[in-house]
Amino acid sequence: MFESLSHLALQQYWWVIVSLLGALFVFLTFVQGGQTLIYSIGKTDTERSLLVNTLGRKWEFTFTTLVTFGGAFFASFPLFYATSFGGAYWVWMAILFFFVIQAVSYEYRKKPANLLGARTYEIFLILNGAFGTILVGTAVGTFFNGAMFSLNDMNNVQWETPFRGLEAVLTFHNVALGLAVFFLARVLGALYFINSVDDANVYERSKKQVLYNAVPFLVFFLYFLIALLFQDGFAVDAATGTVSMESYKYLHNLLAMPVVTLILLVGVVGVLWGIASSLFKASQGGIWFAGGGTVLVVWMLFLVAGFNNTAFYPSSFDLQSSLTIQNASSSHFTLTAMSYVSLFVPFVLAYIVWVWKAMNNKKIDADEIGEDSHSY
Amino acid sequence: MLEAIDVSLVNWSRAQFALTAMYHWIFVPLTLGITFIIAIMETIYVKTGDPQWKKITKFWMTLFGINFAIGVATGIILEFEFGTNWSNYSWFVGDIFGAPLAIEGILAFFMESTFVAIMFFGWNKVSKKVHLTATWLTAIGANLSALWILVANAWMQNPVGMQFNPETARNEMVSFWDVLFSPMAVDKFLHTTSSGFVLAAIFVIGISAWFILKKREIVFARKSIAVAAVFGFLASIYVIFTGDSSARNIAQNQPMKFAAFEGLYNGSEGAGLIALGVMSTTDTDHTNENLMDFNMKLEIPNILSYMAYMDWNAFVPGINDLINGNEQYGYMSANEKIERGKAAILKLKEFKEAKKGGNDQLAESIKAEFQTKDFQENYFKYFGYGYITDPNVLIPSVPLSFYSFHIMVFLGMYFILFFFLSFLFVIRGKLEKHRKFLWLAVWTIPLAYIAQQCGWIVAEVGRQPWVVQDLLPTLAAVTKISTSAVQVTFWLFAGIFTILLIAELKIMMRQIKIGPKIKEEGGHN
Repeated sequence: MFESLSHLALQQYWWVIVSLLGALFVFLTFVQGGQTLIYSIGKTDTERSLLVNTLGRKWEFTFTTLVTFGGAFFASFPLFYATSFGGAYWVWMAILFFFVIQAVSYEYRKKPANLLGARTYEIFLILNGAFGTILVGTAVGTFFNGAMFSLNDMNNVQWETPFRGLEAVLTFHNVALGLAVFFLARVLGALYFINSVDDANVYERSKKQVLYNAVPFLVFFLYFLIALLFQDGFAVDAATGTVSMESYKYLHNLLAMPVVTLILLVGVVGVLWGIASSLFKASQGGIWFAGGGTVLVVWMLFLVAGFNNTAFYPSSFDLQSSLTIQNASSSHFTLTAMSYVSLFVPFVLAYIVWVWKAMNNKKIDADEIGEDSHSY
Repeated sequence: MLEAIDVSLVNWSRAQFALTAMYHWIFVPLTLGITFIIAIMETIYVKTGDPQWKKITKFWMTLFGINFAIGVATGIILEFEFGTNWSNYSWFVGDIFGAPLAIEGILAFFMESTFVAIMFFGWNKVSKKVHLTATWLTAIGANLSALWILVANAWMQNPVGMQFNPETARNEMVSFWDVLFSPMAVDKFLHTTSSGFVLAAIFVIGISAWFILKKREIVFARKSIAVAAVFGFLASIYVIFTGDSSARNIAQNQPMKFAAFEGLYNGSEGAGLIALGVMSTTDTDHTNENLMDFNMKLEIPNILSYMAYMDWNAFVPGINDLINGNEQYGYMSANEKIERGKAAILKLKEFKEAKKGGNDQLAESIKAEFQTKDFQENYFKYFGYGYITDPNVLIPSVPLSFYSFHIMVFLGMYFILFFFLSFLFVIRGKLEKHRKFLWLAVWTIPLAYIAQQCGWIVAEVGRQPWVVQDLLPTLAAVTKISTSAVQVTFWLFAGIFTILLIAELKIMMRQIKIGPKIKEEGGHN
């Protein structure tokens, strides 16, 4: 069934899937955001343990989604994998480092004889929460602002600055996205605590944190979005594949793809409603609106970056080295084979949802942590 | 096309990959095996309803959790390192290699990480049977993860199911099933996972033996040993079979690796197997036919020929035959392969230039020539050799391969005996009396880890200098980056992994000392 699709259709299909994985990852960074709040919301050791254990039942989803995002990008757009990971070396290495220290911290934090002490592992969680989100957001910013690389005729990457990707922080638009992701993750983290923890103090403080973080999130996000509409973008000539700068390219993309624009707006409303309902209506389900909205917004932003003849990983050093979903993709055969694999994705999502429900059907409280033989 | 690549960059990049892979491999084999052992124990608990079995299950689950966390931590880096440090490789074969990695994430990692949450935290949230199912799914998920990465690794050792596309300058997949079911992939998966079962069984027996020596938790220890001994015995026999068939595969597809780990310099008909040997410490000169490879060796005649080709008298090529060529038996010299590889690279260059110059007709004719069977089999097959300047780099470290292989094999044989004795003593109820054996069991734990690391060295050092056998050597695969950048990340990961390893060992030992506390009835467990 997938064999009969054109190469371009398969490329678009896979861009939609990879974008969805990226979007799910950003939603799941509520774990990272929550980690940065364990001291602001958890004032006692018991409260902190409650928060850590609440996140500890979910952190692996975020982690696995990141790894799968990497793997799926490799399989479907290997030239991006080779160019960005090999080129922006320091950015990706830093991201990886901050995820390495996260992976042990839940399990080792409260275990006796853990060498570094509970506080160090808590700091690891905070570092992962802060740098993990800011760096990923900043790196994704380069999808719109370009990176400093060139490719030779064997498609081997050459990076044109010695900072290997870290120069992305010099472009404020990238950093604004990084900070927007960071504050969004904190909003989502606080909303998740409201939803999942049965503790009055945690509830009150989480509510405050939703407000404190929603404000900077909106500032940075709206700046990012509005600036994006007015900036030049990397357009691809469909016939020749030549890349050139086009004024208001991303605005044009939104106008050319009204469905994308509509879903994007629905997503924004969802995020705002999730925040507002938690603040003003004492709703405990805000995470679902804000989380669902996040998925839609990020998903559509990826589509804006890659669809409608746009270079999704542009080179600001050498325009013609820019990556598009066409020149960076796998062969027709591989995309077809992978498309069959993608049919398993709904099945995977279904069992994740089922397990999530089974694990969250009752809110977590201090008693549960105390009685559970495997608490963090 | 190939700009000057600093050898030290290649070596540091290799060192970083080796460091991260070997650290990861400390933890993975235990996960592969102990999840099944835990699943078996929990099955007994669900069938019998005996709460002791639940405590036993939970104790091993705690140790698994400690191991699993650091396994995940050391694993994420590997998923991305192909891109960060081997970016040319990632493009050259990404069309084939990326797919198993993506499938691993979609089908295996999610299964493992989703159900592991139920396994650890779901005791009071789901029914007994659902919990048991989750435990089995965690075990299956862990082993499926291993399947896909090993399929990818096997493909690098024996690239099949693909064709080179000059337009994109990369290899592209033409048969998914050839990649998945290549004999190399099947053997690698079965051999590696079953060796993980062996390690986990030794881990369980060794720790249980320690409890008996300390006269604690005797019932727990005996029951654990009974399960692990049977599981380990079956797995260890399987390891030998799959190891044997892996070796045959290597003999055919990677004869240099085979010659290196068997210590075979000069090939012969009816080649003997060196069962034991001490290699000469003087530098080996492979051009000298009369070199002294070994100070001492114990050789069993004809066995190697039989192992490699199921024929007592078959010719097995040695290192010298593969480098210098051996016309009588049809082995091409390394220099000839280098020439052919260079011709293939030149042809690709001509194609690229014709394309660049807008000479489409010429480009098409070169492309057609590229894709002829003759060119594929006689020139492109040696593409990677075109990057090689000195044939000597085609020889992997012989002592490292030879010793690692022999240590691995001897330990594998010893483990069978070890499991047999464990089982014998436990069913006769005489374990407590054999204190020496119990101490041996404790000290067998590190031996199992040594065997695992040796296996990794045999597989990966033995194939040097190839990232993709015959097609891409390390120096052409590496990301062009400053050596100092790789040195910084090498030491960064060496530091953090070492600290985490020490933390892991301390936590693990403390949890073992705390023990399963079978006699204390408490909590809501």
